[in-house]
Amino acid sequence: MPSETKVRPEAAAVGNVATGEGRFEPTIVAFFCNWCTYTAADMAGLSRMAYSPAVRVVRLMCSGRLDPQFVLAAFRQGADGVLIGGCHPGDCHYQEGNYKALRRVTLLRSMLRQLGIEDERLRLEWISASEGEKVQRVCNEMAEDLRRLGPLHVVLSKLGPEDLDGLLAVGQNGSPAIAYEPAEGEVP
Amino acid sequence: MTKPKVAFYWCAACGGCEEAVVDLNDDLLAAVELVDVVFWPVAMDFKREDVEAFADGELAAAFINGAVRTSEQEEMVALLRRKSQAVVAFGSCAVLGGIPGLANLYDRESILREVYHECPSLEGSGTRPAAGTTSVEEGDLRLPVFGADVRTLDQVIDVDYYLPGCAPPAPLIWAALSALVEGKLPEKGTVLAPDVALCSECPRSATKPDKLSVDHFRRPHEFVADPEQCLLAQGLVCLGPATRAGCQAVCTVANMPCTGCMGPTTRVADYGAKALSAIASLIDANEDDEILARTAEIVDPVGTFYRYSLPASLLHRRVAEPAGNGARQ
Repeated sequence: MPSETKVRPEAAAVGNVATGEGRFEPTIVAFFCNWCTYTAADMAGLSRMAYSPAVRVVRLMCSGRLDPQFVLAAFRQGADGVLIGGCHPGDCHYQEGNYKALRRVTLLRSMLRQLGIEDERLRLEWISASEGEKVQRVCNEMAEDLRRLGPLHVVLSKLGPEDLDGLLAVGQNGSPAIAYEPAEGEVP
Repeated sequence: MTKPKVAFYWCAACGGCEEAVVDLNDDLLAAVELVDVVFWPVAMDFKREDVEAFADGELAAAFINGAVRTSEQEEMVALLRRKSQAVVAFGSCAVLGGIPGLANLYDRESILREVYHECPSLEGSGTRPAAGTTSVEEGDLRLPVFGADVRTLDQVIDVDYYLPGCAPPAPLIWAALSALVEGKLPEKGTVLAPDVALCSECPRSATKPDKLSVDHFRRPHEFVADPEQCLLAQGLVCLGPATRAGCQAVCTVANMPCTGCMGPTTRVADYGAKALSAIASLIDANEDDEILARTAEIVDPVGTFYRYSLPASLLHRRVAEPAGNGARQ
């Protein structure tokens, strides 16, 4: 197609799509809060509980820090799913950050549906610091759901050379809105 | 001293931006004292050949409104880029994709099918014009290619300045023209509007509660809003907190919520995501089903939060259906 670029041209060729028997291996970007879910993931690791390597964890101080832009940036850069982990209701280290996350994720999910992104690709879970096995279960479940669902086909319009300057590397007076590395081949 | 030459051009747009130039009123006459308008299809009889005849860089500026969809638009903006020292993306469509950008919710084929075959008001099956030359009774038509999606101007050519708004406010147009004439244009890439949120110039901002929360979202047709109180506090989805100022709050002054035509400030990459975030966090509920019920009151999230900016969003468009479904080409 003359005016389209595949975000992840390398995905078809290496790793991601075909592992061994040609089974699709998804990529999940996980945002875990520092006080509960990240600690739980740490505990899962210490306890040698293996979970899906599809998950790439990013630590946030609070699930309430989750900017919906992070979710879209993850999808744009090749994530097949985004997982958000926060403290159980009532347990937020900052009182109510997790409620904010719940409100944002709920509305975001209904918008993503209109954009052709299925509900299963954005998952929010409450996982306390002691629930290492829940990290394991949720990550494995989500990886399995996404294997069934298949890869996310984000196709960007063909952009001019100014893409990253104009769209993302904003800020006459500040740092970039999102620390952003373009995927290989994203800018033609 | 010769006057700087400027061009105006329109792509996928409604004509409102052209109207905004005319709305300069008396200032328009003052403007043509200062600059030479050498190309303006909506108002003056110059043709593409006239633009081609200019030397590269001979025009001081081209003000281009509208999003880019067709090959004709792409060729014209590339031509104007070559002939102009500065290109100004003029209006929400050129800056962000605008209302036409919502077509990125559909693939090209289904748009053509709907328009030429399935639209209820069509007689017969409809004839779909093909790009290239089509012969009809009256003669041969040469038609441009209808592109795969709607793009912002800076997704097609290099853009120097951005003048957002649907349509851009007259004072900002005037300020941009003056800066051009006086040679006082700012750093390349600048949005020629204040870099603060609309709330800062909204006369209602004094009535904005310290802790804003919304128990029910309401739509403008459901009630007559109080003319002085913060519209968000009344449950209207007003996007002022996420939207750039510069319009003098014309909508909220007229008792209508901000719909976000000025786009984001420089600290935001994806307008819709940020606007959604601002609105969602106001929901006055903590339980799953209650939150779900509140978010369901926003019936068209993409049309609400990306009304003017879907092509400029991080995803640009609706995600393609899996291969084999044939929806995307």
